[in-house]
Amino acid sequence: MARHKPDRVVPEGDRNMGAETAAILLLLLAALLCAAFVVVYAVDRIPDQTQFLGLALGLALVCFAAALIVTARRLIVTEELVEEYPPEVHAGEVDLIASAAEEAGSRLSRRRLFKLALLAAGGGLGTAVITPAASFGPLLRVKDYFGTPWTRGRRLVDEDGRPYSASDIEEKDFYTAFAEGVDKEELGSSLVLVRLPKTSLKLPPELQGYDADGIVAYSKICTHAGCAIAMYRVPTFPPDEPHPALVCPCHYSTFDPSTGGTVTFGPAGRPLPMLPLTIDGKGHLRAKGNFNEAVGPSWWGVRNRKPESP
Amino acid sequence: MSITRRTVKWVDERSAAAPILRKVLRYLFPDHWSFLLGEVALYAFVVLVGTGIYLTFFFVDSTQDVVYHGTYAPLQGQHMTEAYKSVVDLSLNVKAGLLIRQTHHWAANVFLVAILLHLFRVFFTGAYRRPRGLIWGIGVTMLMLSLLEAYMGYSLVDDLLSGMGLAIGYSVGLSLPFVGANVMSWLFHGPYPGQHVFWPRMYIAHVLLFPIVIGSLLTAHVLLVALRHHTQFRQRRAQTNHVVMGVPTFPGQTPRSLGLFFAVAGVLFLLGGLVQINPIWQWGPYHTYDGTNGAQPDWYLGWLIGGLRLVPGFDLVIGKYTLVPNPFWGGALFPLVVIGFLYFWPALERKWSGDDGWHNVLERPRDNPRRTAVGMGMITWVVLVFVAGSSDRVNLTFDVPYTGQIWFYRVFVFVGPLLAAAIAWWACRALQEGERVERERHAAQAEARLAAMRSAD
Repeated sequence: MARHKPDRVVPEGDRNMGAETAAILLLLLAALLCAAFVVVYAVDRIPDQTQFLGLALGLALVCFAAALIVTARRLIVTEELVEEYPPEVHAGEVDLIASAAEEAGSRLSRRRLFKLALLAAGGGLGTAVITPAASFGPLLRVKDYFGTPWTRGRRLVDEDGRPYSASDIEEKDFYTAFAEGVDKEELGSSLVLVRLPKTSLKLPPELQGYDADGIVAYSKICTHAGCAIAMYRVPTFPPDEPHPALVCPCHYSTFDPSTGGTVTFGPAGRPLPMLPLTIDGKGHLRAKGNFNEAVGPSWWGVRNRKPESP
Repeated sequence: MSITRRTVKWVDERSAAAPILRKVLRYLFPDHWSFLLGEVALYAFVVLVGTGIYLTFFFVDSTQDVVYHGTYAPLQGQHMTEAYKSVVDLSLNVKAGLLIRQTHHWAANVFLVAILLHLFRVFFTGAYRRPRGLIWGIGVTMLMLSLLEAYMGYSLVDDLLSGMGLAIGYSVGLSLPFVGANVMSWLFHGPYPGQHVFWPRMYIAHVLLFPIVIGSLLTAHVLLVALRHHTQFRQRRAQTNHVVMGVPTFPGQTPRSLGLFFAVAGVLFLLGGLVQINPIWQWGPYHTYDGTNGAQPDWYLGWLIGGLRLVPGFDLVIGKYTLVPNPFWGGALFPLVVIGFLYFWPALERKWSGDDGWHNVLERPRDNPRRTAVGMGMITWVVLVFVAGSSDRVNLTFDVPYTGQIWFYRVFVFVGPLLAAAIAWWACRALQEGERVERERHAAQAEARLAAMRSAD
């Protein structure tokens, strides 16, 4: 037996050979698995490398964890000690600090003015320091929100830049179009195109003539949260779906293409902006002007102005 | 002199830190499994920082348009941003890249789960009561920042799903009354999708600014806990409002805590290696004009998509001025109410209960039926909105009409919490009553035994 020191910090406990062996084996296993990780990494011929890498490193860590937990629960004496909580307030220290702070300014005669000046300097410094952040972007210019690339006569093209002919657009199908020669990512550029039977068109008076032979074009950007209107619910089976509808997959705002893009369900607060169309001599689809309303999700000024062409 | 002794001496001679070290090493940790939840969050954060640093060596923070000519055939010839391409390459062409990326994503999920469970534990045991209000407030702030941080990490990839998420986030920002359009124009440099400068901004926020702020708050959180000492359950008679009982940092707590760290890291790497998460090469690149159906965000944003979907279709308009655009209600106000509730609850409870006292001993949920009822009501509210957010999945899987579900939830998200609160209150009362009966029975039995002994004398 080892000699006892008279005053140990950690109390003595019994030996536990089983737990000791288990902990040692687990640590060795962890080391082995780490080596396996390196081997899997180095040897390209091993299939499913990601899986084996994860398995090796994950299990190595789990073995390490298990060894430590065996150590904690079986090999180290669990001391349960008591101690007082700190007092609610250290009255003496609080008093000392507060007094020092209060007395520090005792030589000042115009204290209030001094404090105000200090505040002015501090506030000024803070303002000056954050001012360069205004360079991030135009904070006050909201005009850009009304901009779209559409002008009278601009052709509608597909994703590869080929112009759409009116004859390309078939009923019960759904087409994405863009302003010719413009960045397709611009929110004002993309359109959904659908052809409706002319008898089913019920456009309000102000949108009369926006369609071209039953083809209608709406902004593809949902007026709710800016996602792309990527679904066309089309009544292939009459009893199921009474009306064709353009649907946004993000929050299921549903718009009626036959009535000028009015909202029939879901959270959108504005109809889809509609682009007036015409068919040129070659049968290509062209814009007859700009959208009837501003494009994109709503903001405080979205209803203030009509969209602006470049 | 042993090497251990020499080392400690070496440290103290140079730092005079032995008294502080002694305090730290003999700090007492009260023992309860639920106290480990916060530690799990801490260790997930460590894994996030580690894996995240690795990812930064491969990620390209650019929205420059490029055409893909890599090894993944389905994407051949597609236009995409450099950001997306770099993550596809990292996932499919960098050895161990996918392991680290998936572990990072899993760690983010575990981080947020652990924070939430830790928050529930702290709430339902009243651990936030005086003197720990500040610790609670810092914790709520970290939760909020962590949600934003996770959202940015997920957005940076610029795959189809993350792009849709970013567009929604932008629209929610745009919907802020009076200032939305200005703030978003400032942040994105013009209307969405903004200028190329936006991506480096989001990147540096995700990999530097937010981690530093969260890390600093985390340090303050843990430091304040240690300075005021841990709370404890009254498991032993010795544990009172004035005396704490627990296991010292060293040697008792250290191997436990390190063991937990390695266990968390191990599980995360196992998940990262074996369970696929966010296979972005399958989603394809994002374009503002592309969308996909049945899309769901990561779970921790599910409550917001539910909120956005439930609101009926209207913008609040005065004349031509759009006072409140629709996404504000579900995307901004709803989370603000929940976060606001969390911030103000401790003060609210102090006012309602009149209990202004110091509490180092925790309550069980049943000990405080009012708190438990309010908590269950709030959780039910958020969970119901979350569930409403997956109505489209229910529609696709079980063919229940979508519109019908939404109308049901529009009502039930307000009725459900009241029901849940009532049930929770009743359950707490019933449990208390059960304990009272049990105590009385014990007392009566003891008395009977005593009487029997007396009469036997």
